[in-house]
Amino acid sequence: MRTGKPRSLAEHAPLIYPALMLLVFFVIPFGIMLAVSFFQRVQGGFYEPSFTLDNYGRFLSAFFGNVLGFSLGLSALAAVICVGLAFPFTYLLTRLARRRQIAWLVFLLSVLSLSEVIVGFAWSTLLSRSAGISNLLVAVGLMAEPVSWSPGFAALLIGMCYLAFPYTVLLLYPSLVRLDRELVEAAMTMGASPLRAFFTVVVGAARNAILSGLILAFVFTLGIYLLPQLLGRPQHWTISVMITDQTIYQSNLPFGAAMAIFLMLVSLALIGLTLLLGRQKAAG
Amino acid sequence: MTRKTKLPGSAHVSRRPVSRRTVLGGIGAAAGVAALGMPAVHTRAAEPLKVGVYGGYFKESFDQFIFPDFTAATGIEVQSVAEPTGEAWLVQLEQAARAGQAPADVNMMAVTPLLKGQQTELWMPLDESKITNLDKLLDQFVHRYPDGRLCGVGAVAWYITLVSNTDVIPDAPESWGDMWAEDKRDSLGLLALVTNSFLLEITAETFFGGQEILGSEEGILEVLGKLAEVKPNVKLWYRDEGQFQQALQTGEIPMGQYYHDVAGLAAADGYPVRSTFPKEGGVNDSGSWAVTKASQMADEAHVFIEYMCQPEIQAALSRNVGTAPTVRRDLLDLTEAEFAAVASDIPPIIPNYQMYLERGDWLEQQWIETITG
Repeated sequence: MRTGKPRSLAEHAPLIYPALMLLVFFVIPFGIMLAVSFFQRVQGGFYEPSFTLDNYGRFLSAFFGNVLGFSLGLSALAAVICVGLAFPFTYLLTRLARRRQIAWLVFLLSVLSLSEVIVGFAWSTLLSRSAGISNLLVAVGLMAEPVSWSPGFAALLIGMCYLAFPYTVLLLYPSLVRLDRELVEAAMTMGASPLRAFFTVVVGAARNAILSGLILAFVFTLGIYLLPQLLGRPQHWTISVMITDQTIYQSNLPFGAAMAIFLMLVSLALIGLTLLLGRQKAAG
Repeated sequence: MTRKTKLPGSAHVSRRPVSRRTVLGGIGAAAGVAALGMPAVHTRAAEPLKVGVYGGYFKESFDQFIFPDFTAATGIEVQSVAEPTGEAWLVQLEQAARAGQAPADVNMMAVTPLLKGQQTELWMPLDESKITNLDKLLDQFVHRYPDGRLCGVGAVAWYITLVSNTDVIPDAPESWGDMWAEDKRDSLGLLALVTNSFLLEITAETFFGGQEILGSEEGILEVLGKLAEVKPNVKLWYRDEGQFQQALQTGEIPMGQYYHDVAGLAAADGYPVRSTFPKEGGVNDSGSWAVTKASQMADEAHVFIEYMCQPEIQAALSRNVGTAPTVRRDLLDLTEAEFAAVASDIPPIIPNYQMYLERGDWLEQQWIETITG
């Protein structure tokens, strides 16, 4: 593998294909969305090309501010829970025999094949009063009578974590599987308890993977738009649900596009801030 | 406005469950009714008449039960075109008409987009002398330009009613007002969008003596205030019918608003579900036939609309597709049971389409702030 900078056209050639794909499937659609977000909404008539800030103006209200704040908070919480569960899970996974590791990874990959709709309906059934998990708890005597846990905030959070968990594990796995086990042993030889060794050595060595896991889970859950409708109450409808309502049900593409751009800018800023903080911590 | 409430990403776009299709499959060629009086004056046209119908369940049903008989009776070939949901079809028709094109000649349109199309003169004025069955239609299914020219004729209609689980709620509710009762806390399923739930009309008819109050923004806010009182009773605001139907059948959410004919099918399948027409009336929404001005097949389009307005065809639609008839009941040969399965004699609540036309975005913003607040 060469390490110097490519000079001739032939050396640039391998980049042309990905660049072209990026252009066709990302840059151009994004450009269209950006343009539409400045177009004039015509009620019932779609939109007309023009340059207006009305769509962004409508978004700048206490109502949408609250929705945005809730969405970001929900995704951040889901990301923390996901990584909090996925990190020890992945660490223990890497200590299993190779064959069993593969079985687990295949299982996690197969969970990814479930659509948001199926996951949403499944959890709403599992958390229902008439057919849900609480019936099991009643049967073993842990609860007096079955209760309904869906729709609600906890149901929504569970659904989101369920969707994002496999991705988080798959992201953490490579760095944890490469982690030298002797580091932990060394720490324990020097008197650290297993728990302390885990937190200081393993967590410390995988800091970057944890940060990427948090960002991935955050961005991924921010885009979820069906689960809040299936598992949440109206106050739990996220900004992604609002974007769906505008584009699909109200035929208001300019406003939907403006909200999407706004959401993207805010999440990019938050990710940038996280990376910056992570770097400072690493340096200091 | 659209009567299809499937989540994006769900497998099929029909508003009815799959079980409905299997029911239909058994009926077979029952739609052999058709129009003996239909003069086959038209020789086979060179091009088929393109008819736009809602994609999914409606298109399948019309292809199976209605269009073959129409072609047999009139010699006019039909090519059905699946319309997308929402108002996207109106936009496509508008843009195509500017280029002189007709993606479909005759289109099944929800009433609000029909009214919006009127504003740009999109619809071809229809010749009433060629639609002699027009006087058989109920008033709410005849749509005219402000100057009186005919532009839309009722195609299919359906009812949204008060549904309940018979195990959990032994006595049938009588009024929409029962949704506000203290003992219904956290037990209702309601449609989530202002444009398809028609809850403003329901609230106005139930608590404000009619829909006059919806004529002003102050009035609408007052009705929204009353509607906000029902929120503690609502467990689920649904966009997808499948979501509510399952919960209704199990009793998880024992009451709410739903489509009358689909609830009837669930009851027929043995689920403890009943559909009640409240004393204020069920909500009667509909789709209308309208012809784009860009169509080159005006004659065939008139023959088609005339054919569809026959009481026999409306009865066939009720029996096979589950839609409410658009013609007067005394002209229909539907039995009591057949009629009750799709409609009711209780005067209906007609959606306030003008309100959505005039205040669409404002109304939508007030609505979302009310129900999420």
